[in-house]
Amino acid sequence: MASTPLTYLNHEHSVASWLLTKDHKRIGVMYLVVVTLAFFLGGLFATLIRLELATPAGDLLSNDDYNKMFTMHGVVMVFFVLIPAVPAILGNFVLPLMLGAKDVAFPKINLLSWYVFVIGFLFTVYAMVTGGVDTGWTFYTPYSSRASNSNVMMTGIGVFITGFSSILTGLNFMVTIHRMRAPGLTWFRLPLFVWAVYATSLVQILGTPVIAITVLALAVERGLHFGIFDAALGGDPVLFQHMFWFYSHPAVYIMILPPMGAISEVIACFSRKSIFGYSFVAFSSLAIAIFGFLVWAHHMFVSGISVYSALVFSFLTYAVAIPSAVKTFNWTATMYKGAIWLKAPMIWAISFLALFLVGGLTGLITAALGVDVHIHDTYFVVAHFHFIMVGGAVMGFFAGLHFWWPKITGRMYSEIWAKVAAIVVLAGFILTFGPQFILGYLGMPRRYHVYPDEFQVLNVLSSAGASILAVGYLIVGIYLMASLFKGKHAGANPWHATGLEWTTQSPPLPHNFEVQPIVTREAYEYSSQEVTVG
Amino acid sequence: MGDAVAVHGGHGDAHAHHHPDLQHHFDTLEQQHEAATLGMWLFLITEVLFFGGLFLAYMLYRVWYPVAWAEASRELDIVLGAFNTAVLIGSSLTMALAVRAAQTGKQRATVVWILLTMTLGFVFLIVKYFEYKEKFEHHHVPGPNFVFEGPEAGPAQIYFSLYFLMTGLHATHMIIGFFIMAVIAWMAHKKRFTPEWYTPVEITGLYWHFVDIVWIFLFPLLYLVDRAGHFA
Repeated sequence: MASTPLTYLNHEHSVASWLLTKDHKRIGVMYLVVVTLAFFLGGLFATLIRLELATPAGDLLSNDDYNKMFTMHGVVMVFFVLIPAVPAILGNFVLPLMLGAKDVAFPKINLLSWYVFVIGFLFTVYAMVTGGVDTGWTFYTPYSSRASNSNVMMTGIGVFITGFSSILTGLNFMVTIHRMRAPGLTWFRLPLFVWAVYATSLVQILGTPVIAITVLALAVERGLHFGIFDAALGGDPVLFQHMFWFYSHPAVYIMILPPMGAISEVIACFSRKSIFGYSFVAFSSLAIAIFGFLVWAHHMFVSGISVYSALVFSFLTYAVAIPSAVKTFNWTATMYKGAIWLKAPMIWAISFLALFLVGGLTGLITAALGVDVHIHDTYFVVAHFHFIMVGGAVMGFFAGLHFWWPKITGRMYSEIWAKVAAIVVLAGFILTFGPQFILGYLGMPRRYHVYPDEFQVLNVLSSAGASILAVGYLIVGIYLMASLFKGKHAGANPWHATGLEWTTQSPPLPHNFEVQPIVTREAYEYSSQEVTVG
Repeated sequence: MGDAVAVHGGHGDAHAHHHPDLQHHFDTLEQQHEAATLGMWLFLITEVLFFGGLFLAYMLYRVWYPVAWAEASRELDIVLGAFNTAVLIGSSLTMALAVRAAQTGKQRATVVWILLTMTLGFVFLIVKYFEYKEKFEHHHVPGPNFVFEGPEAGPAQIYFSLYFLMTGLHATHMIIGFFIMAVIAWMAHKKRFTPEWYTPVEITGLYWHFVDIVWIFLFPLLYLVDRAGHFA
């Protein structure tokens, strides 16, 4: 193997060289491993939920077990899959490469965030193995503080700890973007993925501490019988909801902004065009991050908040749709008259566009005050946020993963299977969550496992779709694993993409670049390329 | 923060011409210094929001229950609180002098000022211990054994919940600061800081001043509610 070039993967081999690494690329790969495990765990809970819902009777799970299933599905998927997926995996890997840097600003803190993440995950898994938790992933008081007999404390500790991983990652990335850019890489030459990660870091830094203190307050209330949200003492349980959603609504933007950044990269590359309206797409990320902090109470229209504040929050929720729409229009305009190259990442990206559009538009429906009273806590809302979080965030994650996989591993996956998987996942997704819009509108509430007979056909369709979705994800896992052993060597730049990460070898050198890159061009100069693709 | 504080013996031959404290992924000491201080400021922003949640709860309940707030606040010892405020402001002064000493290359003075800062922090925690002890003895700790005379017992318990949570978190931050300062003092003793590179002292100072500022808000909010009416 003397001819094999030195890469970040082969320059050291021991287990310790991974577990003690300060290399952002290795840390990104380590996040990929843990998040994949969490994804399968969360998927297992989802499978049990959909199996149970195939029949109107509660025949597979008891009431308590069903409560635990949807709670643990939510906790695992939100805190251990969606929030870390794109920033911690893809962001860690490509951000310093995109900036022409040798590493993130604080490599040891970066490794620390991974360990904090894993410790938080272990606490949560321990809570689930030793009895589970049944409060819903929202941990609403007084249920979580007084009524529930399940492992709320241990799960809360897990979420609390994991929050610090998210904070440290956001802090690290923000400093990296400010201080580690290559010479010539001005703010408006940055790839849009960097802008998206920057906006995400802002949300992580400003939002996550609030969920941390909220969970801590809940813990002392439950464990030490302090009274902060306790109505018996004159406390306000709705205060918990305000504090919870002050983080947990912006958390949706932690999940969706980085995939949006990946989508910008993929769409420009596979349309062979410069992105349409670069600065609008860049600033829309910041606008989403900022406006995203002003809409939290739209989760609480039926919690007894005043009608005037509900009006304001409804209006602001419409306002936050504008920057999202700007992005969607600009991506579409980028594709218009582009030389569309339908490789696998592009198919994932187009699926993202379609599903995010539906998720976004149904968000407007739920933002309307009167309509929300009808559809609040129904399957309509469940379908809406799955279109954003799975249709949007997970599709965007896969678009990015397929785009950068050759860079990460140095290998090409099976193009045919990647396309098949994208189509299977898209079809399975639509069949799973499409019927749930109708179910919700007809009045089926979320978080119940016994339902009237007339809802069965739609529920069976949804469960059937979920099984197709599961097959689709398994296919992805199989051909990506296979590519590690059998994949063709990718070369430095298989997509003929712009961006500094493609100027170094695949997999990259341990310190990323042979010589310090100097940037003299704008981002996405595809039109000036002589390369013909197809 | 860990990176700036940690000891680097340099990265061998490739970087032999660099300053021994310049980490390999930075080009200059200045870039490294700017990254560390920006990181610390961002961390302090997260701390503001962390405490912010409790300040929000405080504000809500104080508006709802002004009488309970005034009554419960009078249970605190204003003399001890004021004494501790003075101690903590003094420790911020000694911390600032430690940073100045490091900046001007006075290694011995750096160690002395940091040790003095730690001493003042320790005095604060001792006083806090006696305050907490008094609350335990008077059954003012929230929970099943909480006792408070009069119709405001419920909201008063919320007051004391916030009192213990806010001051407890503040004290936790001080204890963490204690460990950081111990490391910094040791590094200063080993003559690791020069006017060219004293970043760890500076960002530790930022952290300590933040802890101080939190108390500057906690003292009037918790101890001085309606005191004017009390003396009138």
